Amino acid sequence: MNKWEPVIGLEVHVQLLTRSKLFSGASTQYGAAPNTQACAVDLGFPGVLPVLNQAAVRMAVKLGVAIGAEINKRSIFARKNYFYPDLPKGYQISQYEHPIVKGGFLEIMFEGESKRIGITRAHLEEDAGKSVHEDFHGSSGIDLNRAGTPLLEIVSEPDLRSAKEAVAYLKALHTLVRYLAICDGNMQEGSFRCDANVSIRREGDKKLGTRTEIKNVNSFRFVEKAIDYEIKRQSEVLESGGVVVQETRLYDSDQNETRPMRGKEEAHDYRYFPDPDLLPLELDEVFIQSVKTSLPELPGDRRKRFMSDYQLKFYDAEFLTESRELADFYEKAVLTAKGEAKLTANWIMGDLSAALNKSNVDITKSLVSPEALGDLVARIVDGTISGKIAKTVFEALWSGEGSVDEIIQKRNLKQVTEPSAIEAILDKVIQDNPKLWQSLKGGEEKLFGFFVGQVMKASRGRADPEQVNKLLKKRL
Amino acid sequence: MDDAEVKKISDLARLAVSENDLPLYRTQLSNIVHFVEKIASAETGGISPMAHPVSSALRMREDCITEGDERERFQSIAPSVEAGFYLVPQVIP
Repeated sequence: MNKWEPVIGLEVHVQLLTRSKLFSGASTQYGAAPNTQACAVDLGFPGVLPVLNQAAVRMAVKLGVAIGAEINKRSIFARKNYFYPDLPKGYQISQYEHPIVKGGFLEIMFEGESKRIGITRAHLEEDAGKSVHEDFHGSSGIDLNRAGTPLLEIVSEPDLRSAKEAVAYLKALHTLVRYLAICDGNMQEGSFRCDANVSIRREGDKKLGTRTEIKNVNSFRFVEKAIDYEIKRQSEVLESGGVVVQETRLYDSDQNETRPMRGKEEAHDYRYFPDPDLLPLELDEVFIQSVKTSLPELPGDRRKRFMSDYQLKFYDAEFLTESRELADFYEKAVLTAKGEAKLTANWIMGDLSAALNKSNVDITKSLVSPEALGDLVARIVDGTISGKIAKTVFEALWSGEGSVDEIIQKRNLKQVTEPSAIEAILDKVIQDNPKLWQSLKGGEEKLFGFFVGQVMKASRGRADPEQVNKLLKKRL
Repeated sequence: MDDAEVKKISDLARLAVSENDLPLYRTQLSNIVHFVEKIASAETGGISPMAHPVSSALRMREDCITEGDERERFQSIAPSVEAGFYLVPQVIP
């Protein structure tokens, strides 16, 4: 019997970075007091009418153009009907038969190889509100601030074959939407949410197995764990002679398991129909072209360019192009570092990343500017300071002690390279350790390192280690 | 249309229909379905589907915040509110 082959497709809800809602002029700002950003349209009051936000349409088209999709010149908003307290109208305005974006693909790198993941469609829809189930003594509390926030639902083809590959796709999409500046990608705040459709079949089978849908898994790590759990669960069900039931399941990260979801919409009968309040959305070629010309360099292209222009390895290029801001930072730093691409990359991926992590900020809040980092690298390369001393300079830069040259000057950190200065230190060290010096001269070679170390220490790390080695050898 | 279908429709619409009323709704809903069937039998080959009776396109608005906080007004007519939330009977998460 052949092995099980998982077949996975992802539905990602991307919250669009508009100021106002999809169909109303209420603010979409996250974190406001409950119900202070929910207007009559969001609350579904009688007599109100939705008016479409052009910025959301532009963002949807942006994504479509970036994935090489067909942009539907005519798309239609439909009502998806269901009852739930956080959906005041009793329907969600979405798109059904005629989504704004159709087809396209995302190129991902997985295990060193590039693979195209097909995208079925992307459509615009409004978000629902939030239900709070605790703290209301037996009632549920409803906050409708999120109701009406524009979402772009991006549906992939079932092209993914493992949990890890699904995460690679998700990360590529996450990077893309942030490059396009259509979503902030904040998963904790729910700006980037993922549902996974998972089924398994015997390797070589053409027919798809029965799938289950895992709802709202909100971190890359949990997506991987939830899918892996579901693959294992389904194979156990099938191997013990059972059948997989098509259902929606929730992932419980505390127990690391998925469980059937109860309550919400037993009958998946949404009775979609075109929303009579909204005319068809028509886009012309001029609009689509204007979006096309506004596209930035896309993450995949930039990664490839970093590999060829800066001679970076795939891993480094991938790391540095993870966000537009980080990639911009790198390019600025390389410029001041006089083209020292690899060393600059090492500094960003090493000390700078560590400092950012420690302060829990992203690259846009870096206390060291790209120019300063470039200067630092330049000073290492021209021999003014050693790589080790550079770490001290970096720390001083981070705490705002001035420019690279000011810090080197003020703290007297310039590398000592003149032989005469090093000879003087060497004399002193030999004088202080006469017995050990005799032993070294007598052939006890392991003491060589000790003397180099003492000279470095006496110079407070400023002596050029190469020179020290050379001069010490000469005396033996 | 049979009773089971009438019940399914009323469930989806969250409407309580009593056993006594079933025959009435069955007849009325069946009449609607027949009417739709009649329309559906019209020859529509070569006619492009119409999503809306008005033959113009959607107007869009600029992305501006035009609505402020009117929570107090809206909540003054709500049956039950607490700490800024609308309260509803417990729903299963």
